Amino acid sequence: MADTLQFNLVSPERSLASMQVTEVQIPGSDGDMTAMADHAPTITTLRPGVLKVSGPEGASEYVVTGGFAEIGDGGISVLAENAVAKADMDQATLKGMIDAATDTFAKAQEAKSDGVDAAAKTLADTVAIGDALGISVN
Amino acid sequence: MANLKDLKNRIQSVKNTRKITKAMQMVAAAKLRRAQEAAEQSRPYTERFNAVMAGLAASVGGSDTAPKLLSGTGSDATHLLVVMTSERGLCGGFNTNIAKKARAHADSLLAAGKTVKILTVGKKGRDSMKREFGQYYVGHVDLSDVKRLGYSDAQGIASDVLTRFDAGEFDVATLFYAKFVNVVTQIPTGQQIIPAAFETEEGAEAATLYDYEPSEEAILADLLPRGVATAIFSALLENAASEQGSRMSAMDNATRNAGDMIDKLTIQYNRSRQAVITNELIEIISGAEAL
Repeated sequence: MADTLQFNLVSPERSLASMQVTEVQIPGSDGDMTAMADHAPTITTLRPGVLKVSGPEGASEYVVTGGFAEIGDGGISVLAENAVAKADMDQATLKGMIDAATDTFAKAQEAKSDGVDAAAKTLADTVAIGDALGISVN
Repeated sequence: MANLKDLKNRIQSVKNTRKITKAMQMVAAAKLRRAQEAAEQSRPYTERFNAVMAGLAASVGGSDTAPKLLSGTGSDATHLLVVMTSERGLCGGFNTNIAKKARAHADSLLAAGKTVKILTVGKKGRDSMKREFGQYYVGHVDLSDVKRLGYSDAQGIASDVLTRFDAGEFDVATLFYAKFVNVVTQIPTGQQIIPAAFETEEGAEAATLYDYEPSEEAILADLLPRGVATAIFSALLENAASEQGSRMSAMDNATRNAGDMIDKLTIQYNRSRQAVITNELIEIISGAEAL
């Protein structure tokens, strides 16, 4: 059996998962990365996307938006501002996320701030979650 | 005798008050447990977050390109005080203590010739801060409709604060809230959130060399605003627990006081009833003797 590592998924409101896993696929802001045991210590920010975990206890998926992942000696900690188990994800939740991202984008455009590109990317990423999960908001 | 009836009414009314305070105490106890659980559950996030931020801040903090949220604007002429209090009263000295702490801070800043701006969260603090520092008052965040504190509430406050910061409205932001120790002790605390101050833990954390993706600066720029929201969120949760704890002990005291009062009134009632009886007996006996 492959080596396992400790995986923690926490959001500000609660801790969602804490278990031994073999691999974690993280939606990093510069692209997806898969971390397994003995990965080099890395800190990456997250883009809105799907986090995939697989381990001896089976595979699970979470939708995360914003935050960061820390891969260290002790395992992986994912600190997501907002994390929802894939099973709990539905049209309404996704719509809420997309609306929030659209709102931020609109505000950034209005203010003509530097955040326009970042907001546009967040919006696109959030919409892409729907495709990844096969949920349509329309 | 009318006096007896008055006393009886009085006792009944105190008994009713005691029932109310007792109920409030029990409600506060239940809410306290919930608030403590919420605070407990947010702790892993806050701890990891601060540990990572401390590491990042230590490695980037010294450079000239460090974000303003970390290094400050270079002056400390204008201070924003974010005063967090409860939406409801009847919680002992909770709101007064926070307001007192904020007031002392504001006074010392004003004495040092700084400009002070005040943002309040929670109705009770708004009333008392507005009364005294009306001209410095810049805004209020209303949470009276919020049943269960969520991270999005903290994000709302944070974005308000950050917008003001970006607009150059202030240089330093300090958060005022009550730190929950236990049911009888809540410590009013002032915590500086902008520029961010992270407690650097010596040793273990510095030992690991991380790869950063994207760059350290980019991560820091992304995470600092979130750090403000995280600090506000944990302060909100602490405050909520403190409020309920404070209300619980206040109501406990009130219940006990009501009990004492009932005892006293009952003794007084019994005495005056006895006096009436004795009086009547004397009248009867002396009437019989006169015959």
